[in-house]
Amino acid sequence: MLSDYAPIAALLILTVGMSSLILFMSRIFGPYRPTARKLAPYESGMQPFGQAIRRIPVRFYRVAVLFILFDIEVIFFLPWAVIFRDLRVYGLVVMGVFFFVLTVGFVYEWKVGGLEWE
Amino acid sequence: MENFFDLVPLVVFVPLVGLLINLFTGKHLGERGVGIVAVGASGIAFLISLLLWLAQVDTGYKPVVVDLPLFSDWISIPAAGVEIPWQFRVDTLSVTMMMAVTFVGTVIHLYAVGYMHGDERFPRFFVYMNLFLVFMLILVTGNNFLMMFVGWEGVGLCSYLLIGFWFDKPGGVGWKNSDAARKAFIVNRVGDFGLVLGVLITFWTFGTLDFYKPDELPMAAHHAAEAAEEPVFAPEIPHEAEPHIEGPMGVFNQAEVWLEEGGHDVNFGMFSLSFESTITVITLLFLLGATGKSAQIPLFVWLPDAMAGPTPVSALIHAATMVTAGVYMMVRSNVFYHASDAASFVVALIGATTAIVAGFIAVGQWDIKRVLAYSTISQLGFMVAAVGVGAYAAAMFHLVTHAFFKALLFLGSGSVIHGMEHGHHHVAHGGHDHDDEFDPQDMRYMGGLRHKMPRTYWTYLFGTLALAGIIPFAGFWSKDEILLDALKAGVDDARLEGYLAFVLLVMAAAFTAFYMWRQMALVFYGKPRHAAAEHAEESSNLMVYPLIVLAFFSLVIGVINVPSGFPILGAIFGEHEFTSWLEHAVTYAHAASFNVLLASFAVVLALVAIYVARAIYNDRALETLGQQDPLELDERTEGLFAVAKAKLYWDDAYFKYLIFPYRRAAYWLAEQLDWRFWHDYVHKTVIQKNFHIATEFLTQPVDKGIIDRGFNSLGRLMQIIAQRIRVIQTGYVRTYAWTVLLGTLLVVFIILFPVIRGMLGL
Amino acid sequence: MFQVPSLSDLNVAAALPAVVLALGACVFLVVDLFVPRERKHITAWLTAGGLSVSLVLALLSLTDVVTFGDGEEAFFGMYIADQFTDMVNVIVLVTSLLGVMVAYNYLDRTNMQRGEYYYLLLFTTAGVMFMGAAGDLVVVFVALELLSIPLYILTGFRRPQEQSEESAMKYFLLGAFSSAFLVYGLALVYGATGTSNLREIWQAVDSMVAGDTSAQFLLLTGAGLSLVGLGFKVAAVPFHMWTPDVYQGAPTSVVAYMSVAAKVGGFAALLRVLVAGMPNFMLDNGTSAAWMDVTWLLAAATMIVGNFIAIVQSDLKRLLAYSSIAHAGYILIGVAAAGVPRVADEATQAVLIYLMAYAFTNVGAFSVIIAVERDDASNTGLSSMRGLARTQPLLAAAMAVFMLSLTGIPLTAGFVGKWFVFKAAIAADLIPVAVIGVLTSVLSAYYYLRIVWMMYFEDGDGEAATPRPLAWAIGISAIGTLVFGFLPYLLSDMAREITLAFGG
Repeated sequence: MLSDYAPIAALLILTVGMSSLILFMSRIFGPYRPTARKLAPYESGMQPFGQAIRRIPVRFYRVAVLFILFDIEVIFFLPWAVIFRDLRVYGLVVMGVFFFVLTVGFVYEWKVGGLEWE
Repeated sequence: MENFFDLVPLVVFVPLVGLLINLFTGKHLGERGVGIVAVGASGIAFLISLLLWLAQVDTGYKPVVVDLPLFSDWISIPAAGVEIPWQFRVDTLSVTMMMAVTFVGTVIHLYAVGYMHGDERFPRFFVYMNLFLVFMLILVTGNNFLMMFVGWEGVGLCSYLLIGFWFDKPGGVGWKNSDAARKAFIVNRVGDFGLVLGVLITFWTFGTLDFYKPDELPMAAHHAAEAAEEPVFAPEIPHEAEPHIEGPMGVFNQAEVWLEEGGHDVNFGMFSLSFESTITVITLLFLLGATGKSAQIPLFVWLPDAMAGPTPVSALIHAATMVTAGVYMMVRSNVFYHASDAASFVVALIGATTAIVAGFIAVGQWDIKRVLAYSTISQLGFMVAAVGVGAYAAAMFHLVTHAFFKALLFLGSGSVIHGMEHGHHHVAHGGHDHDDEFDPQDMRYMGGLRHKMPRTYWTYLFGTLALAGIIPFAGFWSKDEILLDALKAGVDDARLEGYLAFVLLVMAAAFTAFYMWRQMALVFYGKPRHAAAEHAEESSNLMVYPLIVLAFFSLVIGVINVPSGFPILGAIFGEHEFTSWLEHAVTYAHAASFNVLLASFAVVLALVAIYVARAIYNDRALETLGQQDPLELDERTEGLFAVAKAKLYWDDAYFKYLIFPYRRAAYWLAEQLDWRFWHDYVHKTVIQKNFHIATEFLTQPVDKGIIDRGFNSLGRLMQIIAQRIRVIQTGYVRTYAWTVLLGTLLVVFIILFPVIRGMLGL
Repeated sequence: MFQVPSLSDLNVAAALPAVVLALGACVFLVVDLFVPRERKHITAWLTAGGLSVSLVLALLSLTDVVTFGDGEEAFFGMYIADQFTDMVNVIVLVTSLLGVMVAYNYLDRTNMQRGEYYYLLLFTTAGVMFMGAAGDLVVVFVALELLSIPLYILTGFRRPQEQSEESAMKYFLLGAFSSAFLVYGLALVYGATGTSNLREIWQAVDSMVAGDTSAQFLLLTGAGLSLVGLGFKVAAVPFHMWTPDVYQGAPTSVVAYMSVAAKVGGFAALLRVLVAGMPNFMLDNGTSAAWMDVTWLLAAATMIVGNFIAIVQSDLKRLLAYSSIAHAGYILIGVAAAGVPRVADEATQAVLIYLMAYAFTNVGAFSVIIAVERDDASNTGLSSMRGLARTQPLLAAAMAVFMLSLTGIPLTAGFVGKWFVFKAAIAADLIPVAVIGVLTSVLSAYYYLRIVWMMYFEDGDGEAATPRPLAWAIGISAIGTLVFGFLPYLLSDMAREITLAFGG
């Protein structure tokens, strides 16, 4: 059975080897003549200003998390939507419970002010 | 209805809960709260007894044994064959006792709430009273002798606690109270010694202490034979014909079987006795126990002194319930007593003698409660004598009626004492605090209270008439039955003790009527002889209502056992109801038919005695009473009165011939043997010095050097290891995660190790 | 054609205690939104109410007074409602109730009184209850997450304080890390047996041909990784490193609850997966399950490390953290013993008995720390125990009881737990581990009894405050510890019929 994995092992070795090779090739054979301009970090062609690492307001993160949560909820709705006619009451109740739990979370978010931008 | 039997553990448990509540929260509840809890607990116990009574009636009077889930294996040593479970017995006898104890108990609890008003340790009093109820109920509901003994000892303890309740009264009175308490306990101990021996021999003989095993019925064989002589009952009572003969039996059935078989011997190791003799020994030892607890000759001396306790205590414990424990025990063991003629003889003799001796002493007493105390001893003598002549039902009947009217009399005396104290306060208010000479219980200071305390007077009158045995009061019925049974035993069965008991008991009855009327005259009639009596007032309702209730019962309770052949009343109330009720539990209970001659003789005798008392203690004599009794003044009766007043010199004799020599011997032993020899010589010189030498040796080189050093080093090693290990905890998450990874690899490797080994063929 | 199941097939009633609790948590979440800030006690009372209802249901089920539902399996075999579940439910519900009681005043005086605390507690509890009843690998994982995530939040509840935030962060990161191992392990098990339902796994393992090495490989690795993932939760060495930091940094009322609940959940899941799922998974000529050796090695390491490092601790919370690790080791002995099939039932019962005893003891010990701790979270060092007996005799007495119980002195519940576990170990022939267990117990006496010594025989301030709910919680814990110690048959009767075997 383990022999079935042989192709994967071969792929692994090839990939790692190739990428390392390519990376190190330029290191070994490439010239190294650094200037200030060349070493500066890239920012889409314009002059970089400010610190590279800035504190990002946490509301972006919050929106992202909320999005993920409710998006996944929707994703779970999709299969149900396809065969919900066949599942009849059972499907309704089970998905209803699922929906209820997530709605509770939603209500919480709403009341606590998580949906406010500022 | 059968399920009600399962309630019987509650009858013990409810007062226990009540006392715990009062013990822990009594201080916060106030008098009313404590009273409600205590009286309530007692009342609930009574209600349960009532339910049990109804259940017994409903299920054909069959005895029931109830197991308590967690405690059924109370004492269980299977390897030694010892099996004494904690089981409750509900049969007609125990229900009778339960109802009597709880009813009178509840009434007295109620009375006590009024009597003890204002006492500092009010809650504690009711804790003790409820505790007493707990133990008394264990005593009467136990299904084996050991439980009975637990209750026996427990009520003795409560008696001690309650007699000495006012141990801190100033002026030497407190000491007297605690002395009385100790006396009660120690004298009882002597009796208990007999009881314990009896129980031990019983266990040795039978291998068990159970009265009857569960589902076992009392054997009817012997009884049926006797019942044939009394055709009045046989058809009414369905006797259980086939008792549980196979398998383990309770003590009483086993005794019956062996008695019938005959020729059974009991081996005591170095010698053996015939079974009959063993029974005699057991019953005599039980009698010794009864003389202690039920105050018979020779161990009655504690009861008069016990009057130092509060009056409700005297009423409940030393009149109605605890002192009847001895009688209960003997009635319960009726199978034994019936089998041993010799023991019955002794029992009857002691009972009758006690009755008359106590009655005699009562004539010469001045303290109102002491008269009642000796009266109690005398009446207990009646009961014990009844047991001795085989009249078990009569004894129980008298026990029940006596509980009512003696409790009534004691409570009434308490009311009188309260009234006297109140009057004394009134008088001494302006002047000094108290008159040291004044004793509220001394009848010489009373008189004329009939007008000052009318309700107390009337109820007390009822009680007196009941005690004296005047028809239709309760005492008449029960006392008459005992006399009848004694006479019958003498005449019909030609037993000497019957004759003797009859004669002595008749004389005692006469004395009873005499000293009770003397008391009535001294207390209630005539004019007040002291300022306190002048200003006496009727007591509070809380104290008077119980009196009325008890007075009512003293009048009517006799009808539960109307003798056969009694006109009218017999038809209305049924004949010998109580006896037939008892027969289901007491194998040898039997009843006598009414004898008009004897009954009239008894009543007339009592009336004559009352008339004589009235004549002696007429109004003129009462006025000039002072400190001398009319009997003292008369030369003919002077000597006898002195002897009676001195309690027949009984206590003095005990002191001189028993206590004093004992003390001398104890002192000598303590000084010579214990102190001089044992302590000074053996301990100090021999043991102590050598011990020091040994320990010195062991401490220095051995303990300090080797052991201490070893353990200290071990401890330090642990510390070092710990210090070394702790450094892996760096506090960095990356280290933690790295450790987890390392650990995972290790775990996977170890778990796969056998498989890898197998694969590699190692 | 696909057959639509009906709602009654779900047999929801069998899962009543857990369902009630979960529903209750959702409802309280919404209700709490409308409770004004000053009245957050309402949420606390509601939570206690919900827990009590659930506890009553669980007790009724445990004592067989009422049988909920229709048979033992609910949700198509994903939820198993047997005696094991009932006992787990009872243990964790009692712990939660005590947890709410100790938090009631603590949150007020540390300015943490927000309603979220209470229903997060409920969610964690629901998670533990589902873990105990898991009949499917997926449920194990989901329940584990349900159990863990609220705990992460609770750990960081004391928001402005750095220690709290730091410990929450560590817990979260390491927790996620270990969950990953767990998932991978469960996936491997699925791969080896082709199913994720524990009953079917058991059947598959039964019929797994000896010598089928590749399947064995997968299964073994899966079992090992599951041990890793769940071992993290119960603080087994070498996955224990988060424990001291988290226990020290988190608010003490959270630690009181978490130290027990997480363990209950972790061990319940471990027992379900290993003992219910693959009890007879023996290698070629073995008489005990293949995972037994690793388990007892872990147990030994845990006991040794936990007890040794505890000796040199000077902070009470950290000391109890290492003590917690050590106790996880003792319980792991029980899990290991369950690897021998004839001892499996006995060992499972022993683990549950130990957990029940541990619940009372540990919550009690932490409650005492709450009493001693000041509002700014200081005064949790060992020195705060000095002279406590003089100022607070009852509190000191309770702490003494708890310390004795943790050591395993007879007449306390801790001894009863250790007794049963060691008995199972010896029955399973794991003598060396049992010996190590006993020796390390002796070792632990040092740091436990040192606390008792300091309370009674040294001088100190002994400052402590015990508001009513806290006092009640300490009282209940102490009484529970003593009662179970004096009457061990209460515990063993509760656990008597518990078995994880699928039977048949």
